[in-house]
Amino acid sequence: MHRAFKIFTLLACLILIFPISESQSQQDIRLGINSLSKGGFSQVADKVAQLSRTGDIKLVPVFEALAEGNLYTRKADEIVFMGKEGGNVLHLTDAVTGAPAGEGTKVDFERIKVNNNLRRAVRTAIGALTLLSPDREVRFQAANSVFSSPSEDALELLESAIQSERDVIVKTVMEQARAAALVKSDRSVAEKRAAVKILSQRGDRNALAILSATQTSAEGELRTDIDNAIKELQTAQALWDAGQNVWYGLSLGSVLLLAAIGLAITFGVMGIINMAHGEMVMLGAYTTFIVQEIIRSSYPGLFDWSLIIALPIAFGVTGLIGLIIERGIIRFLYGRPLETLLATWGVSLMLQQGVRSIFGPSNREVGNPSWMSGGFELGGMTLTYNRMWIVVFSAGVFVMLLFLLKRSRFGLQMRAVTQNRRMASSMGIKTPWVDAFTFALGSGIAGIAGVALSQIDNVSPNLGQSYIIDSFMVVVFGGVGNLWGTLVGALSLGIVNKLLEPYTGAVLGKILILVLIILFIQRRPRGLFALKGRAVET
Amino acid sequence: MITAFLFKSLDRSILIFVAIILAIGCIVPMLNLLVPADSMFHIPTYVVSLFGKYLTYALLALSLDLVWGFCGILSLGHAAFFALGGYAMGMYLVRQIGSRGVYGNPLLPDFMVFLSWKEMPWFWYGFDHFWFAALMVLAVPGVLAFVFGWLAFRSRVTGVYLSIITQAMTYALLLAFFRNEMGFGGNNGLTDFKDLLGFNIQSQGMRTSLFAVSAIALAMALLICSAIVRSKFGKVLVGLRDAESRTRFLGYRPENYKLMTFTVSAMMAGVAGALYVPQVGIINPGEFAPANSIEVVIWTAVGGRGTLIGPVIGATLVNFGKSIFTAQFPEIWLFALGALFIATTLFLPKGIVGTIQQTLRSGKDRKNAETMERLHAAEDVKKGVEVTLKPLAAE
Amino acid sequence: MSEAKPRSLLYLDNVSVSFDGFKALNALSFVIAPGELRAIIGPNGAGKTTMMDIITGKTRPDEGEVFFEDSIDLTTKDEADIARLGIGRKFQKPTVFESHTIWDNLELALNRKRGTFATLFYSRPKEDGARIDEILETVRLTARRNELAANLSHGQKQWLEIGMLLAQEPKLLLVDEPVAGMTDAETAETAILLKEIAKTRAVVVVEHDMGFIRDLDVRVTCLAEGSVLAEGSLDFVSNDPRVIENYLGR
Repeated sequence: MHRAFKIFTLLACLILIFPISESQSQQDIRLGINSLSKGGFSQVADKVAQLSRTGDIKLVPVFEALAEGNLYTRKADEIVFMGKEGGNVLHLTDAVTGAPAGEGTKVDFERIKVNNNLRRAVRTAIGALTLLSPDREVRFQAANSVFSSPSEDALELLESAIQSERDVIVKTVMEQARAAALVKSDRSVAEKRAAVKILSQRGDRNALAILSATQTSAEGELRTDIDNAIKELQTAQALWDAGQNVWYGLSLGSVLLLAAIGLAITFGVMGIINMAHGEMVMLGAYTTFIVQEIIRSSYPGLFDWSLIIALPIAFGVTGLIGLIIERGIIRFLYGRPLETLLATWGVSLMLQQGVRSIFGPSNREVGNPSWMSGGFELGGMTLTYNRMWIVVFSAGVFVMLLFLLKRSRFGLQMRAVTQNRRMASSMGIKTPWVDAFTFALGSGIAGIAGVALSQIDNVSPNLGQSYIIDSFMVVVFGGVGNLWGTLVGALSLGIVNKLLEPYTGAVLGKILILVLIILFIQRRPRGLFALKGRAVET
Repeated sequence: MITAFLFKSLDRSILIFVAIILAIGCIVPMLNLLVPADSMFHIPTYVVSLFGKYLTYALLALSLDLVWGFCGILSLGHAAFFALGGYAMGMYLVRQIGSRGVYGNPLLPDFMVFLSWKEMPWFWYGFDHFWFAALMVLAVPGVLAFVFGWLAFRSRVTGVYLSIITQAMTYALLLAFFRNEMGFGGNNGLTDFKDLLGFNIQSQGMRTSLFAVSAIALAMALLICSAIVRSKFGKVLVGLRDAESRTRFLGYRPENYKLMTFTVSAMMAGVAGALYVPQVGIINPGEFAPANSIEVVIWTAVGGRGTLIGPVIGATLVNFGKSIFTAQFPEIWLFALGALFIATTLFLPKGIVGTIQQTLRSGKDRKNAETMERLHAAEDVKKGVEVTLKPLAAE
Repeated sequence: MSEAKPRSLLYLDNVSVSFDGFKALNALSFVIAPGELRAIIGPNGAGKTTMMDIITGKTRPDEGEVFFEDSIDLTTKDEADIARLGIGRKFQKPTVFESHTIWDNLELALNRKRGTFATLFYSRPKEDGARIDEILETVRLTARRNELAANLSHGQKQWLEIGMLLAQEPKLLLVDEPVAGMTDAETAETAILLKEIAKTRAVVVVEHDMGFIRDLDVRVTCLAEGSVLAEGSLDFVSNDPRVIENYLGR
């Protein structure tokens, strides 16, 4: 059996170097493919491995069909076809040429069965085959897939592929894949030690898994090498994991920042808590939904712009609602902060029920534009684009607000009212006007937060409720009257939460955070960045 | 001393109100038990249970009024004390199921069998006994309120901040009780109760008894609250609500006053929860939801905070409305409740009872003022006479 | 020791405190003798209110010593302790319990046990009622004893607050701008009232109204920028060139 492999390999190399006449190789392959219908799963797996050594890319669709259960044998002559089911008939495709081969009735054919082991073998074979593809991207993908399920069988094919590979990155991955396959094989210790080195240089979780798998069977120097490499990798991995958690925390923190910053502004300036703030976030998300619906039905080409279009609309809609709430309700309740809390809670109930009546109680589908989907790897961390853009976005919102507060006339008036309402009023600042627009601004920011949150959370009438308590926590933790407090509060809560999670689980982590905040408030009743001095006392 | 203390609670309006509640506590069970089912005066058992539930809500609202109306502490966590009292009672009721559970395990409650636990957690010990459970109904909410209040009031957390951290407290408890590992039945809570003190919990007699006990508990609580707020202690409470620094500079420690009131109030809420659970037959973590606590606030506000009678009326009215709305027009209920929040704060800040009291008082004041004016006028006339007489005399 | 008459009632030495870098008090030192009536003047921001905050325990000094009756360190006590020691304070803005009657305001102020259980089971003995009646006479509010404090005029609230301080029976009374917003007649009457009160206890009055201080006819301390600028009779202080430059001259 083993010799037969070697012969085939030689054959494969020959095929690479001296192209033999098409018909000859085609006949061999057809024979090979037809033989797939016979024998048990493991025998078929061997045959697949043998076939893959021909290096013929045409086999890829056949293998894929096999893996998906779309490969059929004609009972009459035992010829294998790729087939697609359509009612009682099969639409057939020639396995070698890929040309359509008419239709057949189902009863005349037998499906070639697959199990998971066989499917894995097929995937490996596909990986090995595509290593030789002229397309760089395909080769890169193939090298990666071989790496993730390394097999001794692919070793020789890999080596030949490495020789002919020109692209440095693809070559590195191929070498890593070779190393992964090699440590499992029966090659010499020296070669294996070199392979361990290559793997430890790669340094990710997969490399660690491969090394751990070979650890027990290794002996002597090789064992020491592997042990050291594993230790090194584990340390590095722990760091990357911590980094990943900090990233998750940062991302959660920026979500909290987005949700809380509007609340912090209204609380800071007017001294009231807007319980309907969460519903403003929710309305922002629903605005995004409506904008996307219109774009989908009328201007599908603009879909990638949908979020950018939704931003000003959401800001306008929620800002306007905020203005109405302030003018209609809150302005009559000045000096009674606790009652404002109750009235805005009433507003939030009505908004929730309103949205539920109009859009239904279930989640609404808000799509990700192409630039928001997917992700990339940074060392041992995975960063998704949607999280990344939300971090960028909330940083942007924060900077803009900071600018608005510190540099604009409105910001100056707002700060004046925050610090000393009576004095501001006697200086000729129209404090009711400042209050109204502050409230509108806070609500508007909640709206654009909703646009961002629609990308990572379920858009349902309860969306706001899930953020409101967390937002409160950020505000009381960070302290009032200072945007930096909100920033520090949001980020530290987010990061602490995510760092706790691996040890405590999500729910217990959250409970711990709440308890910590309750305890923290005892120490500093006015938060991290509290205003000091006389004005605060009154 | 205690009798003297309670004697002070004998404010006339409170007394009348307590008498009405006690009368209801007698008459309703009688109309249920003694009047034949086809009579128009018969009250069906489910109605008795429904109104028994309202009575426990009224007790909860009353407990909130004590801290909010008289102490100025807007607790957004009172549902937590209510739920804790309810859980303590629920644990006793679960232990009474014995081997009649679905799994028929004589030692462990169903949910523990389901989680394949081998033995009962330590905090379930003692709940076989009614007296222990009754003690815990008071102790658990009381201790939590004491510890929480001790931390919060000592560091002078007030106003909106205090409201928010009470909300954080109930939210943390909500999350905790949802966890199966906590050992309180997780998501499903505690239910399928069979007996209370050896009597079938579903029986007509038990239902009416629970109603009567709820009425008595509410009446007692009203008397105690009334005694508290009419004592000098109560005057200090109102004083620190209006001008905390003044009480401080007069030598009072507001934190101690708040702490005691908060703890007593939490215990009352716990009793309300303990009476609530056997009447509705279930307790689950949903009772800790922050929204529940805020709803209690609106019952109190509608009735009139700082009036003691108001919250009882408010809780009954709002919940009666809720029962009708959620049955007839479930869509509209949240709109109605939301509108109630807004309308109460805008147009009825003193609540129903507070507004009535104010109208009565201003009427009395006007009458007083009128008599005073008449007196003054009479004096002026006298003076005028003197003034006019004096020069005459001088001449 | 309790028998020995203390040499000083209030003793401040080298007291400094700052808020966010602003030095509200800068090495302030002065002494009040038992039974003394003292007026304190000074421009806005001189640290008059901060000084009162420190004495009553509302603010802790960054450095310096504050002693009551020679031996009690006030910097380690809180407001309630200090009030129970016998230091009463009247705020700049009249602060009374608006939703209580005038009678109840005074009852709460009476120097009795202030613990939670003591007040819960308190039932008013005859002498307490008599004392309240007496104070009502003193502050001229007998006729309105059953009205809510909220219904009083500004001046009457100031008087009620003074009455509450009397009920507290303090050894030292700190009074912050007692005549702000009063009519001339009320001001004159207040001066008489304070002098009356000062016969039995020490009183420190912070005031801007020079006419009022002249009516009081007492030793004056002038504060500026957190420390003592001059001290002595009103004539002496108002002739001090630094006082003229810092305060009066402007």
